[in-house]
This record gives sequence, C-alpha cells and structure tokens, in this order.
Amino acid sequence: MSKNTVSDRFRKVDVDEYDENKFVDEEEGGENQLGPDEAEVDSLIRQYPSLFTRQHDRAEGLVLKVLSSFKSTDIEKGVQSLDKNGVDLLMKYIYKGFEQPSENSSAVLLQWHEKALSAGGVGCIVRVLTARKTV
Amino acid sequence: MIDSGGVLCVFLEEAAMSYHSFLLEPISCHAWNKDRTQIALCPNNHEVHIYKKDGNNWSKIHVLKEHNGQVTGIDWAPESNRIVTCGTDRNAYVWTLKGDAWKPTLVILRINRAARCVKWSPKENKFAVGSGSRLISVCYFEKDNDWWVCKHIKKPIRSTILCLDWHPNNVLLAAGSCDFKCRIFSAYIKEVEEKPAPTAWGSKMPFGEVMFESTGTAGWVHGVCFSDSGNRVAWASHDSTVAVAEGGKTAVCASLTSETLPLLCVTFITENSLVAAGHDCYPVLFVYDSNKAALSFGGKLDVPKQSAQKGMTARERFQNLDKKATTDSKEAVLESVHKNSISQISILNGGKAQCAKFCTTGMDGGMTIWDVKTLESAMKDLKIV
Repeated sequence: MSKNTVSDRFRKVDVDEYDENKFVDEEEGGENQLGPDEAEVDSLIRQYPSLFTRQHDRAEGLVLKVLSSFKSTDIEKGVQSLDKNGVDLLMKYIYKGFEQPSENSSAVLLQWHEKALSAGGVGCIVRVLTARKTV
Repeated sequence: MIDSGGVLCVFLEEAAMSYHSFLLEPISCHAWNKDRTQIALCPNNHEVHIYKKDGNNWSKIHVLKEHNGQVTGIDWAPESNRIVTCGTDRNAYVWTLKGDAWKPTLVILRINRAARCVKWSPKENKFAVGSGSRLISVCYFEKDNDWWVCKHIKKPIRSTILCLDWHPNNVLLAAGSCDFKCRIFSAYIKEVEEKPAPTAWGSKMPFGEVMFESTGTAGWVHGVCFSDSGNRVAWASHDSTVAVAEGGKTAVCASLTSETLPLLCVTFITENSLVAAGHDCYPVLFVYDSNKAALSFGGKLDVPKQSAQKGMTARERFQNLDKKATTDSKEAVLESVHKNSISQISILNGGKAQCAKFCTTGMDGGMTIWDVKTLESAMKDLKIV
C-alpha cells in the first residue's frame, strides 16, 4: 500500500489560525480597573480584577468573604457608597458568586443582589451579561 | 373607540401621543412617505403593506410582494418617491410607483447572509444596506447599464451590521454593528458625486475609509443616528448604554449607562436632545451638554393613564399571595402605551433639528405618534434644549 513518504508535519498546523475571517477578541490585557475608594468592598475589588483565572478565583473568594462579613443592615449603606461603575462591578461579583454556591453564600448574595438592583436597576444586570471583561 | 376600518385608535392627554394598533404581530420595520399620509410597514412576514391615512382611520392600499424572506428594512425616499426594501432573502428591491402600482427592481447585493437594514442617502442617489455578511453594500444607479450596482465596505467590520444612518453631506455613513462598535465610514462614490468638503470627522474621505470608531461601550449597537448638522453621532448599545460622539480634532465620546433594559433605536430631535426607546416599551429623553461632553437622562416620555388607584381588598391580597407569592399591590401590567418593545423610531415633522412629532413602532404591532410640544408641557421637569 502507499507508504507515508512525505512528512506529516502538516497535521500539526492549526489551520484555524490562518482563517482570515477568524474573530480575534480585542481585549486589552492586564489593565487594572480604576474604581472609587470608599467602602472596604471597593478597595479590595479594585486590587484584584485581572485576566488570570487563579487570581480570579482568589479575588472572588475574597470578595465573597467580605460580602458575608457585612451585617444585613449595613448592606444598603455599602451599596450607596458605590458609584455607578462600582455597582456594576459589585453585580458582576454577585453573579460570579451565584455560579459557585457554597454553604451560606446564596442567601447573603441574594440580599446584596436586592440592594444592588435597587441602586443599579435592570441595566446593571444587562451590563453583567454583556460585559467583555469578566471578573 | 373602534372604527369601521377595524383599527383601534386611542387618543390620550390632549394628543401628547396617539396610538394605532395595526396588527397583532410585531411591526418589523416602517417608513413614511414625504407628506406623512402613507406608511409602509412589514407585518412580520415577507410582504410590505402600505396604509393610507383616512381621517382617523388607516386603510391598506397596497401590498408589495416580492421578497422570499422577512423584510427587515424599509426606507421611503421623500423627493423621488421610491421605496427600498431589504430582507432575510439576501435581496433588496427598489420600488417605483407606476400609475397605481408599485413595481420592484431587484438590486444584487452580493451578500451571502440576510440583509438587516437599509437607508436612502440624503440626495437619494445611493442607498446603503447592512447585512449579516459583515459588510455594508453601498448601491448606486448606473445609467449606462440601467441597473443598480453596489460596492462593499468590508474592513474592519467583524460582525453583522444592525443599523445605518447617513450624514447630511451624502458621503459619510454611520454603522452600528454586532462587533460592539459604532463606526463612521466614507461611502463616497465618484460615479455619482463630487468630492465632499471637509467635515468635523475628517477631510480625506476615500470610499471605505473609517472616519471614526467607538470605544468604551460594550454590547451590540442596535441604533445609530447623526445629528442634523452631522457633527454628532449617537448610538444605543445592548449593554443598556447610550453614547454620543462629537467630531473634531479628536472625537469626544460621552456615554451614559442606564438602569433600564437595552434601547433599540435612537434619534436626535434637536442638536442637543435625543429620544431613544427599546425593550422597556417607552421612549426616553437624553440631553447632551457639549461643554461638559456629558450625556444626561432627561426623563421618561410616556404619560401614564390616569388609572384610579384603588386599594387592595383582602381577597385580592390573598389571591396575589397565592398566585405571585407577594402581596405587592403593583400590578405586573405595563402602563406604557406600547405593550411590547419599541423597535423603530422615526421623525415625522421638523427634522432632526426641531422635531415636532416622532413615531414609534414596536413588537406589539402598534404605532404611536408623539407630539413633542404637548409632551414638554404635560411633563414637569422635561426640558427639550
């Protein structure tokens, strides 16, 4: 039968890279998001967002800890102290937290969600869904 | 009141707005003729229906059947009285009125995906079609061959073009796309026009040149609009933002995040005021301050019906608790005139500089005509600058 006399290196070529219609996401990498420096939640969120997953998970875990440590009555004040971008960012973390529910997280997150919703409106949630940069 | 034409007309609040329910299906797109006595609309199928105003009624006078797919865009050229339609069948037709009937002329767009929007240029010698083929077809009439020819604008578009608007100079074209960007292209066709004079967006305008590309908003760009002077462009994005850019040495962008659902269409009603509408079913006013390069929320433009606020009986409370698990007395009924998303907005009188009346059509099959002056006086704190 036919012998493979020719090199088969072509099999290792990623042809999708050469597709001129291929969509390349133009995300600016590694930018630290600027944010307001009011509440404790804010400063922590500000330090950590980045594109590396491990840091993502650490950031999310930290934010969740902080959110859980707030007293129920203080949640509203915490949300009020954030500006528009802060509320959007908070909503992103809330939904990220919903993705991986732990013991008590959902209940706490739901309380935060209610307050963030009244501050940011439905538009805030739409921005979580359409955001190019995820947390 | 329901008239003999079977069309429901409701007049509210000294004609701040008048609502006509044309259909039970969504109105995919619409266009008005020059004197606003006739409206062409697509009733969510392959046809275009033209209705004529008859006192308080609307009667269907023409049915344009040629498309093999849903008609996604209609534009009616006021001076030359031609209608251009485009559809999901990848075609566009230019319709001319011959006697008592509209005759179609096929335009080969050379696209392999659905056409999504179409607009006549201000001088009506060209029209542009946005499509899912990730390009804009700019079509013009070639006298020698007696048919419509098109040129493509491809780079750097990465996804479907959802909306288009022409600059008053007949050359620049703003396009909103699913690749999250609003861009201004030059659609200069040397066969049909002279070289354009410099504008706020630049002076060199070869065909296909990108004069402006937006940054800062995410989400598909559903609606785009030039201001009357052409120096400003506004766009509405799916991330519930609306933005305005002003041309200049460096284009200045101002955007506003809103608390509402995404807006689908936007138009200037004066050089500084925008009206936008979308999935929240009511139009909203935005005001642009060029000194501060800032956009602000101007107010909701729907005057709610004066419904008697009756208290809830104990029985109703219990019913609500049973049905909806809440004793909240706010009903889940839309108070707005439109009962479903508003998908298109068009200026009726006054142009984009001093709009006196504008029209919205939506997925509830209804069309509403809004009177700007009456709205301004009906709503306190509403200032149209």
